Amino acid sequence: MHLSCNIAVILLLASVVPLCAQEPPTFVTYTHQMEEPGNLEISTYGAIGSPNGGSPDGGHGFYGSATEFEYGLRGWWTTEFYLDGQATTHDSIIFTGFRYENRFRLVPREHWINPVFYVEFEDTSGADKSLLEVVDNDSQADLAVPNAATRLEKQRELETKLILGSYAKGWTIAENFIAEKNLAHAPFEFGYAAAVTRPLALEARAEQCTFCRENFQAGVEAYGGLGTNRDFGLPDTAHYIASLLAWSLPSGVTIKVSPGFGLTGSSLPFLLRVGVSYEIPQIGRTMRNAFRGGR
Amino acid sequence: MKKVVFAGVVAVALAIAQQRSGDFLDRIPPSAAARPNPYEGQRNAPLAGRKLYARHCAECHGREREGHGKAPPLAQPLVRDAAAGTLFRAITDGSLNRGMPSFAAIPEPQRWQIVTFLKGR
Repeated sequence: MHLSCNIAVILLLASVVPLCAQEPPTFVTYTHQMEEPGNLEISTYGAIGSPNGGSPDGGHGFYGSATEFEYGLRGWWTTEFYLDGQATTHDSIIFTGFRYENRFRLVPREHWINPVFYVEFEDTSGADKSLLEVVDNDSQADLAVPNAATRLEKQRELETKLILGSYAKGWTIAENFIAEKNLAHAPFEFGYAAAVTRPLALEARAEQCTFCRENFQAGVEAYGGLGTNRDFGLPDTAHYIASLLAWSLPSGVTIKVSPGFGLTGSSLPFLLRVGVSYEIPQIGRTMRNAFRGGR
Repeated sequence: MKKVVFAGVVAVALAIAQQRSGDFLDRIPPSAAARPNPYEGQRNAPLAGRKLYARHCAECHGREREGHGKAPPLAQPLVRDAAAGTLFRAITDGSLNRGMPSFAAIPEPQRWQIVTFLKGR
């Protein structure tokens, strides 16, 4: 219900504001691409998985959801607000919290590598299964605990990322280094994400088209935990590798899908991510025009 | 004394405003202007560029390139007569203090197709 409502809102907006945005196909890795000033992007992402491959004693299948509102405040400053929730089979459907994040571009011009600083405050419960990042020793065992127990665990965390991005001959290459700190207790937790993506065609065709190759982007991303400042390293950490595919429709809607595979015993064996997003150009002007009855 | 201070503050503010509104294209290095447009003269490039302009640029610069608020009009001789490489660099880097982000995420051939459209009549 939650996902279908979000998709309905996005499709409704898409029907009244024709625009096409080229969203990166990544789910976990940030590129250095910023939101255009004045634009609002609404997205919904889902993570579908099952701890221990759905074995009877290994926990139940889940759908972790994150609904994102991303706004370009300045060319160098993008702000985002997320609402998270999840549904677990044979358990419950719950709201798990919110996240507020900001990204700051650190250099004004394009260089061969472009740094962006990211800072986020999140107030979620331990039941959150959106899996927007993997840090520390996050493992599939955490995802098998019943919601009644995990929802009592408060996670008020400050997360920072150093995002590095490059464009080279049509390829987008991005690396993220993550440091997260629970404000109440616990040490710093670390993680990483990296991605390489490319449009299927670099040249645009002259005519409008829906299924032409320029509207598709494909790639691969890898992400995982790196322990804490007390036990930094790879042992007992979860790592994933996932293929990426994004399809940007002429109406402005972008649909993304990413089947991912766990690489260690701590990882979910299989994780499917899906996403739908839509960008409303110049939201302030669009709203003014709407209330004045158009231009 | 107060008048002198007030005049000084106004002068500094005007100087900063002038600096910010100085010609964006003039600040692009000549080496960028020397890059040739690989799509120049290709029949389909302006058509593809028009489509890409509508997708990425029209929301700020207007459907007919007429400009909106801080986004200047692009249907003007200053743009048509600019070197293709200069326009290409302007699209690639943007101008963060004027609110124009970098469009380097658009593949390079598509940025040249937009340039071809902008330089057309």
